[in-house]
Amino acid sequence: MSIGTTTNHSDTGYNFAYLDEQTKRMIRRSLLKALSIPGYQVPFGGREMPLAYGWGTGGIQVTAAVIGPNDRLKVIDQGADDTTNAVSIRRFFQTVADVAVTESTEDATIVQTRHRVPEAPLKEGQVLVYQVPQPEPLRKIDPRETETRKMHAYAEYGAMQVTLYEDISRFGRIAKTYDYPAIINGRHLMSPSPIPKFDNPKMENNPAIQLFGAGREKRIYAVPPYTSVRSLDFDDHPFEVQSWKGCCALCGSTVSYLDEVITDDKGSRMFVCSDTDFCNTRQREAAAQPKTAGGQS
Amino acid sequence: MAYVAVKGGEQAILNTLRLISETRRGDPALAELTLAQISEQFGLAVDRVMTEGSVYDRELAALALKQAQGDVTEAIFLLRAYRTTLPRIALSEPVDTSRMTIRRRISATFKDIPGGQVLGPTYDYTHRLLDFALAAEGLQRPQAGLAAEPLEQDVPQVIDLLDSEGLIEEESDEGQGEIFDLTREPMSFPAGRDQRLQNLARGDEGFLLGLAYSTVRGYGGAHPFVGELRLGEVTVEIVPEELGFPIVVAEIAVTECQMINQFRGTVARPPQFTRGYGLTFGHNERKAMAMSLVDRAMRARELAEDVRYPAQDEEFVLAHTDNVETSGMVSHFKLPHYVDFQAELMLVRQLRAEHQVARGAGQKKEAAE
Repeated sequence: MSIGTTTNHSDTGYNFAYLDEQTKRMIRRSLLKALSIPGYQVPFGGREMPLAYGWGTGGIQVTAAVIGPNDRLKVIDQGADDTTNAVSIRRFFQTVADVAVTESTEDATIVQTRHRVPEAPLKEGQVLVYQVPQPEPLRKIDPRETETRKMHAYAEYGAMQVTLYEDISRFGRIAKTYDYPAIINGRHLMSPSPIPKFDNPKMENNPAIQLFGAGREKRIYAVPPYTSVRSLDFDDHPFEVQSWKGCCALCGSTVSYLDEVITDDKGSRMFVCSDTDFCNTRQREAAAQPKTAGGQS
Repeated sequence: MAYVAVKGGEQAILNTLRLISETRRGDPALAELTLAQISEQFGLAVDRVMTEGSVYDRELAALALKQAQGDVTEAIFLLRAYRTTLPRIALSEPVDTSRMTIRRRISATFKDIPGGQVLGPTYDYTHRLLDFALAAEGLQRPQAGLAAEPLEQDVPQVIDLLDSEGLIEEESDEGQGEIFDLTREPMSFPAGRDQRLQNLARGDEGFLLGLAYSTVRGYGGAHPFVGELRLGEVTVEIVPEELGFPIVVAEIAVTECQMINQFRGTVARPPQFTRGYGLTFGHNERKAMAMSLVDRAMRARELAEDVRYPAQDEEFVLAHTDNVETSGMVSHFKLPHYVDFQAELMLVRQLRAEHQVARGAGQKKEAAE
């Protein structure tokens, strides 16, 4: 969109995608800087959004800054298109940007996400926008911003490595299960936002652009396409992801992240894909396929 | 110029009382607010005043809000001051929130739960856009549709479903008969959980919210999950001595929050999830959640965790939560302090004079060298 074209949405009285053009320009500049220094947290003049902080204000600011009238937006929360927050944010952009929306990962040009990377591989031209509650991976080690910024400047990440080692000495394994810290492009330590560590490998060398927006903390960072994302580990305790004994009760998948669902008050449970689009697609494909006697999975 | 001493306080006070009454009423051309209007349309403010004022009475809370011009802290003060004049008739039985008439009930830990997720009345999914139509009066408002079936009577606590595996610590009163009563006894340290929870329930929402925020933002190391948040009506029962069995004396609305937190375990205890608990009168999720986060943070000592941050320090937290106490201390600085200030004034003058002399002597010495 060229500067000065303010496509006013006559229906709502709000500018296209809610934010004014000046603000969007400021965010786009921050995004460019973030892409130039992979994993570096760029401070930006975050605005107050009509959504509570922590519910995706960073994500919707980033989405608002990059979305155009021809985009197709997908919003997921915990991998699902139909969870309340995803529905609410999708409704927001339908109101203020009137863009096409989709639930299909493949068809989306922008995917805004909370807590998951879609199971279906992304491709060039797609943008994955993460909602980030806590951009600072070192915050738990030292709560003071003045200190953590210095640690990033000196690439002094030993303290994080020590924290992981403490887990090994106590539990015999690294006990971090989500928000698993990773070194981006061999330089900056980055919080991947609270995605399960299961999803960390999907960030590596991804053809899509990955943008991270933290509204409350007013930070933007990014992983450009085809960039290295190395999850911290040790030679004798290599990084590993979660695995399940069973498969998805709906589509039979053994390769996706599964959620536990309680089915009655006696504690019965089943496991289903957290990525609803992935699961539905697989179920549709299975239904369309003629049943073969051999039963190959 | 004439000498003006601050005298004639009585006349000034009478005038300020008239003035406040006039200011409170505002433009007399406009209709006066009724208590029913406040109670019905400022319901959440009423709920907060009842919680921190620790009196469950919508009408009194509405009156306090009207008298305080909507200043919530002042209204809480009014209600507390009234409360203190009431006799204690009985102690109720513990309320059973699993038998609550549910209006809202959500869990952030499981995708689906027996009894279902019930969104109920919440601002969570409103986009915070000013609704200019609300400025107009007498508009037809949309009404929510009714479900085909009513909700079940007994809705199990989500957190208890984890209990069976021992994944989450069991909650019990450990047969403790005597419950600490903060309104009758002074605070004592180390404080039991009963004392801490009472303090938090009456504590200032804003302060607790800030403390709760600090625990999840680096100054407390919390890893919270909302196991369950529920809002609805529960019955209050007492056992009169002459009867010997429980009778229902009231139905009250409460908000309850059960927060699940990580615990890495010690030599004595295996790793398991721990709980933080929050309960308020009426509908007040922010307070119930903040309360449960701070409750958990203050259990650090009991769980053999390092006490490093303000929210984990029970003496710090418990001493500063009460907004009647805190605003009293802060506002008292408006009172005359002529006498003590005079004493300080004389001392500072004297010290300055001595400092001057000492510096002078030092300079002379330097010059001489």
